Amino acid sequence: MWIYEKKLQYPVRVSRPNPRLAKVVITQYGGPDGELAASLRYLTQRYTMPIPQAKAVLTDIGTEELAHMEIVATLVYNLIKDAPLEEIKRAGLEGYYADHDRALYFVNAEGAPWTAAYIQSKGDPVTDLHENMAAEQKARSTYEYLIQLSDDPDVSDTLKFLREREVVHFQRFGETLNLVHEYLERKKYY
Amino acid sequence: MDPQGLNLLKKIMALEFTCIDFNLYLDTHPDDRRALAEFNAASDALAAAKKEYETLYGPLTNFGQSPSPQAWRWIDDPWPWERTF
Repeated sequence: MWIYEKKLQYPVRVSRPNPRLAKVVITQYGGPDGELAASLRYLTQRYTMPIPQAKAVLTDIGTEELAHMEIVATLVYNLIKDAPLEEIKRAGLEGYYADHDRALYFVNAEGAPWTAAYIQSKGDPVTDLHENMAAEQKARSTYEYLIQLSDDPDVSDTLKFLREREVVHFQRFGETLNLVHEYLERKKYY
Repeated sequence: MDPQGLNLLKKIMALEFTCIDFNLYLDTHPDDRRALAEFNAASDALAAAKKEYETLYGPLTNFGQSPSPQAWRWIDDPWPWERTF
């Protein structure tokens, strides 16, 4: 069961319509290291986690990633909502416009649609937690590239918040991996 | 929404962020009593701030988590992606 909260996790403000920036930020919505992939990866791996801490961490971080998906969607929505068609064309977003108008869709920065092939669920908790730590680092790198590409300080502020969360999640997954290792060691001797 | 309401909403966002971060920390450190006390203090403050906000501006959560006395205000604009800070 999930409950929706009618608020963002972190405030979003954009200075002006900016389809060029929207075109790259959208990769954190539907790209390989984006928030949809993150959320679904953790929420589907949690069923085969062996210890309570791991089930909780995957449930909670998977849920927080849904809130991050909403933040990224809000950024993209506000960056293209009032953009004139001429600017959309100049930004190279006309292909996206042809398929989706100014609606939100899960694509990477080049327009490739989201695929479940971005994520893995192996049943081995050590393998899955390593994947998750790598996923957090990949998302952190992507946010750093987006911050470099951003010419809107308001957008950069929100991107910096999201980057920080990747660092915290990486830390929590690392601790979870240690707890799983301890559990597996204990199991060996009983 | 008036600036007062927006400030209250920002306060809720800050308190809930505190709760989220303590929650994740406690998931891997369930025996940390000091973190648990901090979490519970933030959780109490969050509940109080949400109650105050919802009385004035309508429900923050769906499916019965927030009451809706008098009128059904869940459908009221703005939705999170429409709000400007």
